[in-house]
Amino acid sequence: MDTILRVENLKMYYHTSKGAVKAIDNLNFDLKVGETLGLVGESGCGKTSLGTSLLRMPTPPGRYESGRIILDGKDIIPMSEREIRKDIRWEKISMVFQGAMNCLTPVYTIGRQMLETLKEHREMEDSYATELIKEYLGLVGLPAEVMGRYPHEMSGGMKQRVVIATALFLKPSVVILDEPTTALDVIVQAQIINLLKKLKQTFNLSFIFITHDLALEAEISDRLCVMYAGKIAELGTNEQIFGPAAAGRGANHPYTEKLLASTPRLHRKVEKLSYIEGTPPDLISPPNGCRFNPRCHRVMERCRNEEPPLREIEAGHFSSCWLNDEGR
Amino acid sequence: MEDHTDIILRVENLKKHFEPHQSIAQAIAGQKKRKLVRAVDGVSFEIRRGEIFGLIGESGSGKTTAGKLVMKLIPQTSGRMFFDGEDVTSLGKAELIAYRRKVQMIFQDPYASMNPRFKIRDVLEEPLIIHKIKASRDEREAMIVQALTEVKMTPPQDFMGRWPHMLSGGQRQRVSTARTLILNPKMLVADEPVSMIDLSTRAEILHMMKDVQRDLGLTYLYITHDLSTTRYFTDRIAVMYLGRIVEMGRADDIIDHPLHPYTRALIDAVPEPESGKVHVVKELPISGEIPSPAHIPPGCRFHTRCPYAKPECSSLPEPELEDVGMGHFHACRRYKEL
Ligand SMILES: Nc1ncnc2c1ncn2[C@@H]1O[C@H](COP(=O)(O)OP(=O)(O)OP(=O)(O)O)[C@@H](O)[C@H]1O
Ligand SMILES: Nc1ncnc2c1ncn2[C@@H]1O[C@H](COP(=O)(O)OP(=O)(O)OP(=O)(O)O)[C@@H](O)[C@H]1O
Ligand SMILES: [Mg+2]
Ligand SMILES: [Mg+2]
Repeated sequence: MDTILRVENLKMYYHTSKGAVKAIDNLNFDLKVGETLGLVGESGCGKTSLGTSLLRMPTPPGRYESGRIILDGKDIIPMSEREIRKDIRWEKISMVFQGAMNCLTPVYTIGRQMLETLKEHREMEDSYATELIKEYLGLVGLPAEVMGRYPHEMSGGMKQRVVIATALFLKPSVVILDEPTTALDVIVQAQIINLLKKLKQTFNLSFIFITHDLALEAEISDRLCVMYAGKIAELGTNEQIFGPAAAGRGANHPYTEKLLASTPRLHRKVEKLSYIEGTPPDLISPPNGCRFNPRCHRVMERCRNEEPPLREIEAGHFSSCWLNDEGR
Repeated sequence: MEDHTDIILRVENLKKHFEPHQSIAQAIAGQKKRKLVRAVDGVSFEIRRGEIFGLIGESGSGKTTAGKLVMKLIPQTSGRMFFDGEDVTSLGKAELIAYRRKVQMIFQDPYASMNPRFKIRDVLEEPLIIHKIKASRDEREAMIVQALTEVKMTPPQDFMGRWPHMLSGGQRQRVSTARTLILNPKMLVADEPVSMIDLSTRAEILHMMKDVQRDLGLTYLYITHDLSTTRYFTDRIAVMYLGRIVEMGRADDIIDHPLHPYTRALIDAVPEPESGKVHVVKELPISGEIPSPAHIPPGCRFHTRCPYAKPECSSLPEPELEDVGMGHFHACRRYKEL
């Protein structure tokens, strides 16, 4: 499979008055054409920061420190803002922002908002744009009549469909979806996941799917990237992370193990739901050694001093944990 | 029926019908009022002392409205309510204040429910002031310490001087819970207390709430659209659809042997963290969106989305809850054939 996006040694820090928040701290991964890469981690681990970094729009006071973002063969970090607007953002890579469905302007109709977004990015006749909007509303399962409605006249699921349609307009190759179903109920969530799977096939899209819900990632992601405190803890295929333990598969990093153990299960009765004590560290002065060490149930002396690199532990399965040197 | 002393809350045929919004222009034009919004449309259930009772259903099914009725934050249109053996259907002002001390609400968003300019001590003292609890400084201090201990914020002295922003999401929800516990309630209503919270914190909070419930012998009404937490968290559940309960019983029973097609759809929609599902587009047994409670379909109100609906489902009167034994109720005429 061809690679559409490659991220190399990416660092993006927020320069605040208290110091640099190391939200993205040396990430390396790639994304294949037609692939969905899941991005999970607790709140504050840097998921949204990675999304906006890939879109070449880190929120102020965020700044790239180093690294490359190679999209379709070209590094987008050195590009001018003009170039980015013309050829990259929304054209090649787009994003459904966290909470976007609640940010639709209440005073304009859906049609008008979609039209304006469209014309902001590309010059076109109103009549042509309207046809395009109808087509895309149809693709996400909404009737054309929705164009005349106001946001408050629509359910959460309908609004999220509008936001997804808007992200697809200019036929990007990569779409970043940041918590697209978190505010929706389970039935609407399942409908949106099905929609995304169909759209991905129709357009041969690549997705980066951000959520804190591991169970949801199991349904949609070909590969999963587990982030902790601005770094990648583990990266592997769906089978490598979720696969049956009986087949020798399963998570490698203690952080991933803990996240899985804290996921409630419908079809399995558990007496005790485990959880990870404490919270992710402050990213201005993260802990020495492994960033997870203060919360890790399998911490060793070495973990407190030496930072574990992300290493390949089997073909395509990466983990940054010293336990892999101990024969586990 | 159970011995009534076992039942802490009984709700009988409770209804809440809202007047639809009408713009001034519509009123001037003399347009006929639109139909009533039947958000809660005849709900009956009993909650036993010391149990966790879940109210489940998709967005718009009327869960929050039912929770508000139980909290007596809004008046019911009709129906009756009994709490602790007393008729609480209509209460005077003083009785209402006393009722709200016994039945407390846990808020979904601990950010919004906490004044950022209050230290944790003040956050916890506020309900004592609001409810005019007569107590000396030392007694109040002791109550605050106890409430924090109950939610495992120990040592409490470490937290009392902090501001809300100095706490994690999980700790903030603990304080929020402590705040409700300080008045010694008998029952807590928790409306989606964890749905927006990330998963390890969610596990932490459910764990804490369950510990508190066991330690203090409390009763919970837990409202959520997410069935996945109910297996772990609840004893019994009622599944709501468009203002009515369509299935009710022990959580294990309902999840393992759902009888109503709507319950099945809710179960099927829940994702599980297992591999092998990426390449399948999930068959969803129901399609479309929940109808508006201003236009409830005739007959079985679920028939418009039900994959098994037959003509009789819309033509015959609405099915009532039927007991199939072991306290398992459902309201589907065709359950045997499914
Ligand atoms: N504009 C900003 N300025 C300073 N710090 C920021 C900014 N945006 C995010 N951060 C910090 O960067 C870190 C990563 O935040 P980010 O929003 O990327 O996390 P996330 O994984 O998306 O979390 P969530 O699950 O809550 O959405 C956090 O410590 C956050 O406080
Ligand atoms: N004050 C009101 N006036 C008119 N309609 C209302 C009012 N409050 C709620 N409704 C309607 O009643 C129905 C049930 O709403 P409710 O908030 O109880 O649902 P819910 O099950 O809690 O949904 P969610 O999962 O989205 O919180 C909805 O259709 C809602 O629009
Ligand atoms: Mg985020
Ligand atoms: Mg609600």
